Amino acid sequence: MALPGPSTMFLLLPFDSLIVNLLGISLTVLFTLLLVFIIVPAIFGVSFGIRKLYMKTLLKIFAWATLRMERGAKERNHQLYKPYTNGIIAKDPTSLEEEIKEIRRSGSSKALDNTPEFELSDIFYFCRKGMETIMDDEVTKRFSAEELESWNLLSRTNYNFQYISLRLTILWGLGVLIRIALAFTGISLLVVGTTVVGYLPNGRFKEFLSKHVHLMCYRICVRALTAIITYHDRKNRPRNGGICVANHTSPIDVIILASDGYYAMVGQVHGGLMGVIQRAMVKACPHVWFERSEVKDRHLVAKRLTEHVQDKSKLPILIFPEGTCINNTSVMMFKKGSFEIGATVYPVAIKYDPQFGDAFWNSSKYGMVTYLLRMMTSWAIVCSVWYLPPMTREADEDAVQFANRVKSAIARQGGLVDLLWDGGLKREKVKDAFKEEQQKLYSKMIVGNHEDRSRS
Amino acid sequence: MGSGGSRAAQIPDADRIRRETGFSQATLLRLYHRFRALDSNKKGYLSRVDLQQIGALAVNPLGDRIIDSFFPDGSLRVEFVDFARVLAHFRPIDDDTGTRDPKEPEPPNSRMNKLRFAFQLYDLDRDGKISRHEMLQVLRLMVGVQVTEEQLESITDRTVQEADEDGDGAVSFMEFSKSLEKMDIEQKMSIRILK
Repeated sequence: MALPGPSTMFLLLPFDSLIVNLLGISLTVLFTLLLVFIIVPAIFGVSFGIRKLYMKTLLKIFAWATLRMERGAKERNHQLYKPYTNGIIAKDPTSLEEEIKEIRRSGSSKALDNTPEFELSDIFYFCRKGMETIMDDEVTKRFSAEELESWNLLSRTNYNFQYISLRLTILWGLGVLIRIALAFTGISLLVVGTTVVGYLPNGRFKEFLSKHVHLMCYRICVRALTAIITYHDRKNRPRNGGICVANHTSPIDVIILASDGYYAMVGQVHGGLMGVIQRAMVKACPHVWFERSEVKDRHLVAKRLTEHVQDKSKLPILIFPEGTCINNTSVMMFKKGSFEIGATVYPVAIKYDPQFGDAFWNSSKYGMVTYLLRMMTSWAIVCSVWYLPPMTREADEDAVQFANRVKSAIARQGGLVDLLWDGGLKREKVKDAFKEEQQKLYSKMIVGNHEDRSRS
Repeated sequence: MGSGGSRAAQIPDADRIRRETGFSQATLLRLYHRFRALDSNKKGYLSRVDLQQIGALAVNPLGDRIIDSFFPDGSLRVEFVDFARVLAHFRPIDDDTGTRDPKEPEPPNSRMNKLRFAFQLYDLDRDGKISRHEMLQVLRLMVGVQVTEEQLESITDRTVQEADEDGDGAVSFMEFSKSLEKMDIEQKMSIRILK
C-alpha cells in the first residue's frame, strides 16, 4: 500500500485543523513578541539590551570566519587580497620646488649657484606625480566603500568571499524578514500618525503628540535596521533656535539623529515614497522642504532658514553641509550656506563601524530603495554619535573659516580624515584654479631666475 | 569547502602580464583592484573620461599628455593589459641587470624605456624628434598663462640649442638621453609600491 503523499495529508480533517491552529498560535506569538520587545520600548525609549548581545555574538562569529578563510587560503597557496587603508604607493611629501631642484641638481654638472631656467628633466616631476595619482589618489578612495581588513560574512565587502555554512544563511534570512516587517510598520505608522496629528488644532497638545509620534516611529525604524547606536555627551544636544550640523554618510543618518531628538528637517522635495512621507510629516510639524528649483536660489534658501531659526519656539534644524554622501572615512568641504545665517551651530559627529555593514550610499550606483534593502540585509548597523559643544561664529572669521572650524572639530572627534577637496568632485570635474596654482609655482622657478639674470 | 578561490584567477591573462611587466602577483592584484575602481560604469575597460575624473590628475599641468600616453594610436579604450604595461614603466629598476640575458627585450622599467616614455610626452607626432614647436607646447602647458610668449620662446631656443648636437633644430632621442646621462632616472621616474 502506498504511503499517503503530502497532498493527501491535507485532506484528512484532524491534520487540517491542527495546521491551522499551529499557524494561528505562531502568528500570535510573533505579534506579541514584536509588541513587547520592540514597539513598547520604542514608545518609551527604553532598550532591553538584546541588540548589544547580538553585536557581541556577531563579533565572535566574524573572528572565527576570518581565521577559517585565512587557513583555507594558506592550504591552497593562494594569495588573499589584503586591502591597505594607507594607500598602495609610498609618497614623499616634498613640494614642487624642492623636487624639481633636486632633479636638476642630480643631473646637472653646472655650478649650483647658476641655476638654469628650464631643464628637459623638469618634466619628470609632473610625469611621476601624474602616474602616482593614477595608481592611487585620495579622493576616489573616499568615494568607494571602505575596504575591510577582516571579513564580516558579507560577500560585497570582501573579494575573498567563500560560502561558509547553511545555518548562518538561514539565520541571516530570518533576520531580513523580521526587519522588513518592522520597517513596514515603522513607515506606515509615521505616515498615518503624522497625518492624524495634523488634523488637530495648533497648540501644546499637538506639539506634544507630534513629538512622540515622530520619536516612536524613528525608534521602530532604528530597530528595523538593527542599528546599535551609542550616544556620547547627550548634554550637548541641540536646542531650539539652533542648527544641528553633521557629517553625511547615508540617509540613515537622519533616522539615527531623529530618534534621539526632535528636529525640523531641511531638504529637497522628493517624489515617490519619500515624497509621501515628507508631505505627511510637514502636516504635524514645520519642516522646511524645498522645491528643486528653489534649491539653486541660495538667497531664498538662506532667507527661509533664517526665518525659521529666529523664531525661538521653532525646533532646531538638521542640516548636512557636505552636500553629498561620503564613505565615512573622511569629512569633505562644508558648503558655507548654513554657516552664514548666524545661529548657534551644534556639531554632531557620526561614525559607523564598518565591521558590521557598510553604510555608505553611493548614489551613482544604487537608488534609495536598493540601498535600504542592502542595509536591511546587513547583519547590523553599529555607529557612534558624539554631540559636540555648540559653536558660534566669531567676529573676525567669515563663513568659510567658520565652516572649516566646525568641520575640523567633527573630523577630530569622529576619527575621520579632514580633506580639503569639495564633495562635489564625485560628479563634476575639478576647478581650474588648482591647476593654475601649480603652474604659478613652476613659472616662478623658470622665469623668476630669468629676471634676476637680466638685471645683473 | 567552498569553490571561491582568490580573485587573482579573475584577472585576464594574469601570467602573461606578470611576465611582461615584472609586477609581483600581489601588486598586480592591487592594480587590478584600482583599475576596477576607476572604471566607473563597470565597462571592463577605461575611457578618457574615467581618467579625467581623477581630481589630482586634472590639476596636473601635464594631465592631458599623461592620459594620452594610455591611448596610443587613437584608441578609445584601455584594457587592463595596456594599463599595466604603461604603469610598468614606473616600476623601480631591478638589481639583476648583470644576470639578464642580453638577447631578451628590455623590461619596460629599464632606464632606456623610462627615458623613452618621457621623450614621448614631448614628441606628440611621434616622429622621433622633439621639434622647437613641440617643446614650446609642453612648456606652455607647464606654465599656463604665467609667462609671456617672448620669454617662453627664448627659453625654448636656448634649451634646443644646448641639447641639439647635429644642428637640425630638433632634439632626437639620442640627444635627449645624452643630455640626461648624469640624471638619476631610476629614482626620479620610479614609484615605490608598498608590499
